[in-house]
Amino acid sequence: MAKRTKASARKKGAARKAVGPVKPIPAAYHVRDVHVSAIVDAVKKLCIDANLELEPDMLRAFDRALTTERSPAGKQVLQILKDNAQMAKTRRIPYCQDTGFVVCFVELGQDVHVTGGALDDAINEGVRQGYTQGFLRASIVTSPFDRVNTGDNTPAVIHVDVVPGAELKLAIMAKGGGCENRSKYTMLTPAAGIEGVKDFIIDCVKTAGPDACPPLILGVGVGGTFEKAALLSKKALFREVGSANPDPMLDALEKELLERANRLGIGPQGYGGDTTSFGIHVLTYPCHITSLPVAVTIECHAHRHKEATL
Amino acid sequence: MSITTAADGIKDVTTPLSDSDVESLKTGDRVRITGVLYTARDAAHGRLFPLIERGEPLPIDVRGQVIYYTGPSPARPGDIVGSIGPTTGGRMDKFTPALLKLGLKGTMGKGARSQVVKDAFRQYKGVYFGAIGGAGAVLSRFVKKVAIVAYEDLGTEAIRRLEVEDFPAIVVNDCHGGDLYEEGMARYAR
Repeated sequence: MAKRTKASARKKGAARKAVGPVKPIPAAYHVRDVHVSAIVDAVKKLCIDANLELEPDMLRAFDRALTTERSPAGKQVLQILKDNAQMAKTRRIPYCQDTGFVVCFVELGQDVHVTGGALDDAINEGVRQGYTQGFLRASIVTSPFDRVNTGDNTPAVIHVDVVPGAELKLAIMAKGGGCENRSKYTMLTPAAGIEGVKDFIIDCVKTAGPDACPPLILGVGVGGTFEKAALLSKKALFREVGSANPDPMLDALEKELLERANRLGIGPQGYGGDTTSFGIHVLTYPCHITSLPVAVTIECHAHRHKEATL
Repeated sequence: MSITTAADGIKDVTTPLSDSDVESLKTGDRVRITGVLYTARDAAHGRLFPLIERGEPLPIDVRGQVIYYTGPSPARPGDIVGSIGPTTGGRMDKFTPALLKLGLKGTMGKGARSQVVKDAFRQYKGVYFGAIGGAGAVLSRFVKKVAIVAYEDLGTEAIRRLEVEDFPAIVVNDCHGGDLYEEGMARYAR
């Protein structure tokens, strides 16, 4: 009897579903047309607004850090960054001259029908118009080898998720190059475990150092495959800075990592101080029995992102 | 002497710089720079370097000058310049010693430099200023004049001659081996 209980308990604990079966969706949806011109206009506005107006979560992060930062040089940097955000908004000058590589996450409702052209073309046309008409810098070269500037910051890096519903959600990030250059990936062994993951993330903060314009925000993707982890690390950056991770275990992990990162002493701009990071956001995905992939996207304090739903 | 210390403790630096100017600058010094800065970043350095290797003249005379690692955003009509903060200096490490050897005195950017470059600052009397990365809107106010002087086809990466007034920066690497990043981190690490 006891044996059987044990066996069934083991059986029960042996597997845990990560995804459920197909959920029925009521047939109330009708296909909704979204014309490409609406996408062009939305992306154009998102690009301009992202570069001129920091989101409120970042402004709150500056204020919070100003109350805790011990370093006078660090405090001064934070104050200047606050002033910079204000000036960018009022004088319509980009917060940072590196107005970024546009990374566009699209959530395409499966009942949306894009009309009048191709989705990718519409997004790129929005980028083109936003960057040329908004006086934003063209920072993209045609080929990594010949390095001739495309002149209008196109193309964007586009990721499309097809989701239930009849809405089209566009989330863009103007991703700076200096911090992107410090992003990293590693494939740990399952034996390395969570401690291995933590050490890798902290090491990423250290090697980014002053180069990536601290205070940094870290997007971390753990699990999945090589490319899935990297994608999650970008996606993680869209969560509000200073907000809690909805998963209590990951929330505790993030808080511990943030505390460790801020004990490194790198500080604002690397001049020394307590504010090395404003937030570390972790997303996970199921992974293979052999693997523990970890990707870290490094984001600078010029964390420019905007979203729109059509 | 083109460096004086103001009442607020900040050093007023006027370019061009001499060896003794550079020697008087110490890691951690806050400075206000007035005069000419030349902009150059990855692509412009990539064009200057082969000229130096072949011993050919450069489009700018770098002797005594300061190179600012930046690629500004376009100016709006009526503005002098767009956003103009620093880019990561370490990417120019490959080229910097050769420019210092030619007489370049200052570089300005953000982020750490290699030991080879720090050694070259000692050897040739050079200095690395840190400007605040990501503060390009604020920094644009200190730029009074802009002219493209070479490689216009490079767009934002062209070499520009900037005239600046009281441009705020901090000495990161002096010519005495000091490094603000290392010192700052050591002071605040817990």
